[in-house]
Order: sequence, then structure tokens, then C-alpha cells
Amino acid sequence: MASFIVYCYARFCKKAGTMKHGTIGFYPEERLGRLSFRRAPRPTERLIQAFLFFCAAVSILTTAGIIVVLGTESAGFFKEVSILEFFTGKEWQPSIGKFGIAPLFVATLTTSLTAMAVALPLGLAVAIYLAEYARPRVRETLKPVLEVLAGVPTVAYGYFALTVVTPFLRGLLGQENVEVYNTLSAGLVMGVLILPLISSMCEDALSSVPGSLREAAYAMGATKLETSVKIIVPAAFSGIAAAFILGLSRAVGETMIVALAAGAGPRLTLNPLRSAETMTGHIVRISGGDLSYDSMDYRSLFAIALVLFVSTLFLNILSRNIVKKYREVYE
Amino acid sequence: MTGTFNQNLSVRHVRGSRWQAAFALATILAVAFLATLVLTIVDDAFGWVIMMDETDRRELTRDGVTLDAQNTAQLLATIDEHLSPRRYRALERELPFADRGRDDLYALVLAEIVNPEIAETYNLFESLVSAQAIKAQAAEEYPEGLLVFRSWVNARFLLAPQSAVPLAAGIKTAILGTLMTILITLAFAFPIGIGAAIWLEEYARDSWLTRAIQVNIYNLAGVPSIIYGMLGLAVFVRGLEPITSGAIFGASAAGDTANGRTILSAGLTLAVLILPVIIINAQEALKAVPGSLRQSSLAVGATKWQTIRYHVLPASFDRILTGTVLAISRAIGETAPLVVIGASTFLTQDPTSIFSKFTTLPIQIYQWTSRPQAEFRHLAAAAIVVLLALMLSLNSFAIVARNKMRKQKRF
Repeated sequence: MASFIVYCYARFCKKAGTMKHGTIGFYPEERLGRLSFRRAPRPTERLIQAFLFFCAAVSILTTAGIIVVLGTESAGFFKEVSILEFFTGKEWQPSIGKFGIAPLFVATLTTSLTAMAVALPLGLAVAIYLAEYARPRVRETLKPVLEVLAGVPTVAYGYFALTVVTPFLRGLLGQENVEVYNTLSAGLVMGVLILPLISSMCEDALSSVPGSLREAAYAMGATKLETSVKIIVPAAFSGIAAAFILGLSRAVGETMIVALAAGAGPRLTLNPLRSAETMTGHIVRISGGDLSYDSMDYRSLFAIALVLFVSTLFLNILSRNIVKKYREVYE
Repeated sequence: MTGTFNQNLSVRHVRGSRWQAAFALATILAVAFLATLVLTIVDDAFGWVIMMDETDRRELTRDGVTLDAQNTAQLLATIDEHLSPRRYRALERELPFADRGRDDLYALVLAEIVNPEIAETYNLFESLVSAQAIKAQAAEEYPEGLLVFRSWVNARFLLAPQSAVPLAAGIKTAILGTLMTILITLAFAFPIGIGAAIWLEEYARDSWLTRAIQVNIYNLAGVPSIIYGMLGLAVFVRGLEPITSGAIFGASAAGDTANGRTILSAGLTLAVLILPVIIINAQEALKAVPGSLRQSSLAVGATKWQTIRYHVLPASFDRILTGTVLAISRAIGETAPLVVIGASTFLTQDPTSIFSKFTTLPIQIYQWTSRPQAEFRHLAAAAIVVLLALMLSLNSFAIVARNKMRKQKRF
């Protein structure tokens, strides 16, 4: 209020011609010309804002970088190998010029689906338990435990697959049936890795179902199980589907577990007890060795990476759209 | 009527409690899986080992004094007696024997003359449960062997460089590599990440550009880490080679130049990788600051940046810090992108600058795990224990710091 009066006084003085700027004023600062009620130009503010915008634009640059890098190198690759051959070829042997992505893709699919076969039922059961049955204290203890363990580096999971799960499988199914490197072991361990992600996403979906649905079900005489499985789970279905898809995308992009446990050397097989190399596993193995730029080996990695990027991006966007849709239903 | 209504009730209740048990079991199973993972690693990091000496150390007893207790003169005599003349001259050239200390000589005798090799290893569980059986087996199969309980995580392991000999191998180079890489990552990702979050939360108006950036950040967070490795390989290692190899800064042209496959490249790649995570976490933190705080600051005449700098950032800094630490601990555990951009597989030389070749803890673990010998498996387990300890201490540091900052908050 006071400043408003001062402001009016200053304007009045100026208008009346009784005050020349910088000579007379209400405040001493004003008289010295150090106080102005005009909006001062602030170049630093502008500069800071520009810098902050640059920071935000870095993310766009990153995406552009990924697309340009994968695009140009793959373009070089597809000049030599036809796209048709790349997607339909059944053999991946760069040494003899055979670049069919099928063996790598099938192996990725095998490990990812094995992982989801473990992670989805278990993760959903954990989520139902935590959201519907567990007492708050149990929930508050278990959730951080699962989260912490989800933070274990994937290379440790790879170690676990190779030194514990594979010997266990070989003991269970017979040494001669299970190879030292096999996609089953990698897939199972990957399932354990993804489990916390699935359970926390499903739990969010289940607990965002309005309580009125539960109460209505109980009022109709449904038991707790019936309410959970027949009412709450279908109501949260889109959230669960989103969790499944995001988990699948994570599994497709997962690298260290398959690099350590699934085996080296592409092979077209649907048998999870044999070794096979996934897309990510192949990239890591080849780029880990001596790789000369501008060779077909080098470019082929970018073509694989492009397939990987596009498929995970597709899955991620699909998952997010499903989440968005179900939010609209309940809010 | 009541009869029909209640007809199935007991069955339904039984089914209900069965399924409840199943759900509880699944939860226990999930926790058990993850617990097994941690236990296996600890299990492999400690345990009995049977060591076979090339020269039995009992034979090296001199004047009735065992090898561990001998003084400089006695050790020198042992070296004179057992070392081949050629090796002797080579070591003498490295550093004259007269100038070496007692501990150095002792280590030399162990490495050059006793030269212990591991014949058999056991993990912790076996060591604890069937100690008698192990002792019996050791006495029977390796009568000259020495049965010792070995912690694979030990001071020597932490301070020694990589080596092809399992007993001598250590992770000093890898730890230094990890720390330097993470510092670079932090130096780039932290300011840019927070800057981006501030722009998106405080400055950006709801326009197509803002929405595009926001969607883009969410998409980047879901891109597999190996793709970032490919980006790093093409951009930082190859494209910016003059910068990342240090050539334009006149960095050493001596044997350790790594043509772009340097700590700087690794740090930048990881920075790009964790940037979306940092931005999203920082945005959440800024969203949690009440709007009234901003309005009151603006009302007393602060500019927008002053408001952010002196009120919004201090009020949200605890959350920003926690989010950043989570992102950093993810970066510490990343392996795949670093393999892709060309981490050194066998590096014995400590990194001297950000233009040195690099290896990190996860890379070292990867290398050791992919070898078939049991000794390397134990080394890998020990390195995982160190890695987990590093991540855990980082996280607990963040929690303590956050709690301390929360107490200082005035609202």
C-alpha cells in the first residue's frame, strides 16, 4: 500500500513538472537516481532463462542424436543389405555376409517372454497381496525392500543367472538337456529383475480403483477374493496391461543378463534350453571386441540398435497411452 | 432362500483363504528370490580355499624362524638361495634389493618363490556347514596344501590393480575409474538436469514445444541403456574424438591415449543416460513446492530468478538431491553402454586423467563372471560386494543429508 502511495506521488510530481528525474524525490535513493519504479531491463534474467531453455532442449538434442546416429549408420548398412533380406533372412553370419535378424530377434523374444511369464503372474500376485490384503505396516516394509533390490546392478543378476540358476536347471533337467548357456536361465532371472517394476505398477493401478467399487462388491455379498479378482483386477486391467508392456520393453532392452547367461553366437532356435544370442547380447559382444569403424560389422550393430530402439519406443508409447486412457475413466 | 444363498458360502470362503495364502506366498517368494541373489553373492565372496605352494613355505623356515616372522636379512638370504639369477637381476634393476623394506621383501618372497596357487575353493555355506568334510578332503587330496579361510574382499583386493593371477588381482583401477566417470557424469548431468526441470516447471508456458519436450523426456527415460552406448560410441568416441581423446588439449600422446575411448566419453555417455531420470525427479521436487511461496516472494519485489534461486530451489533441494543420488547409483551400476563405447577389458594402469583409458567396477565384474574358473567367480562376487557397498553407502548418505536438510526447513 505504502509503495503504491509513493508511486502515485512520484507520478504526480513528474506529471506536474515539480520533480526532475534524479534531482528531487520522496526517498533519498530516488533523489540520487538509484530508485526507479520503472521495470528495469534485466539482462541476467534473460540470460539465465536462455540457459535454462538450452538445458531443456538438450533432451531434444539427445533424441535427435539417437535418431540421426542410428539412421545414418543403418542407411549405410541397408545400402549393402536389402531390408527384405534383413527382416526375412534366417541366418546372422556377418563373416559370410548373411544378415538376417531372425535368430537375434527370436532369441530376444524367447528371453523376454520367459521373463514376462515369471514376472507378470508373480508381480500381479504380489501387487494384489500388497494392495488388497497386506496390513499397512507390512506394505510399508515390503515396498522399499522390493525397490532396493530392484536397484541391484544388472551385472549382478547376470552373475546370479550363470552361477546359480543355470547349474540348478542343469541339475533339475539333466546335464545333457540343458546347455551351459541357455535362454531359459537368462529369461527366468530377467523375470526376477522385472518383478519389482511390475508389482509396483500393478499396485498403483489396483489402489487407484475407487473404494466405492470395493464397497459395492462387499455389499452384494462378495468375498474378499471375489472382490479383488472379479471387480478390482478387471477395473485396473488397463494399468496392468500398461505394466506388462513396459516390463516387456524393459526385458527387450535388458543386456547384461543375456550377455552373460544366454550365450554367444546367433542361433535360430525356439528351444529355451539351448544357447542363443539376443539383439542386445550381440551388440555387446561385437562392440566389446576390436571393432573397426566403417566396417559392415560396425554398421550392422546400428541396424540392430535401430530395430531395438523402434520396438522399445513403440512399447513405451503404447504403455503410456493405455495409462492415460484409464486415468480418464476414473478421475 | 437363506439356504440357497449360503449354499456355497463356506466353499467360497475356503477358496478365498487359499488364494490369500497363494498371494502371500508369491510375495514371500519374490522377496526370497531377491534375498537369494544377495546371499549367493555373499556366499561366494568368503570361504575356505586350499592353496598349493610352488615352494612349500615350511621349507623356507630359516634359523628356526617361520617365513612370516623373518627379518630383512633372513628374507634376503632366502631370495638369494631360491630366486633364479635372471629374475634376480631383473628385480634388482627395478629397485635394488638393499633399498627394499621388509614388507616389500616379504611380498616378493611370497609372489616369486612361494608362489601360492589356488587348488580348490569353497563358498561360505559349505565352509560353515561341512568344515570337517572339507578338512578331511584337503588332508587327503592335497596333503601339501594349505587350508585357509579367505575373505575375497580384503584390503589387498581393494588396493591392487587388475592381474591375470586370481590371488593378486584387485579392483583399484576399476574403483578409480568408476569414481572419475561418475564425477564427470555428475558435473554434466546435475546442472543440466536441474536447469531443464526449472525451465519446464517455472518458465515454460503450455505450448506445443513444452509438451514435445516433456513427452520426449519420458520417452528417453525408457530407451534401453545400450542405445545410449551406441550414441556415445558414434558421437563422443568417434565424432568428438579430438575433444574426448584430449588431443586438442595437448594431452599425453604416450602409450595411454585411447582414441576417444576415455573416461570423459564414458562420463558423458552416462550423463546423457541419467539426464531424463534427473529431470523427472527434479520436476517432481519442484512441483511439491507450494505456490504461495513463489507468490510471496514475487509480491515483495523479487524477480523470477531471485524467487527460484532463493526460495524455490532451497525449498526443494532435499528432494532434488535424493532423486539425483538415485540416478547416480543407477549410473554406477551401468555396464552395457560402457562396454559398447569401449571400456578396456584388461587394464592394470590407474587412470591419470579424464583422457585415460578406463574400466569400471561393473565392467570388471562382467569380465570376471564370463571366465569359467572358480577363482574368478569368487573375485566377481567380491567385486559385486564392493559395488553394492558403494551404492548402499551413497544412498544412505543421501538419506542422512536429506533428513538433516528437512530439519533446517522453516516451514
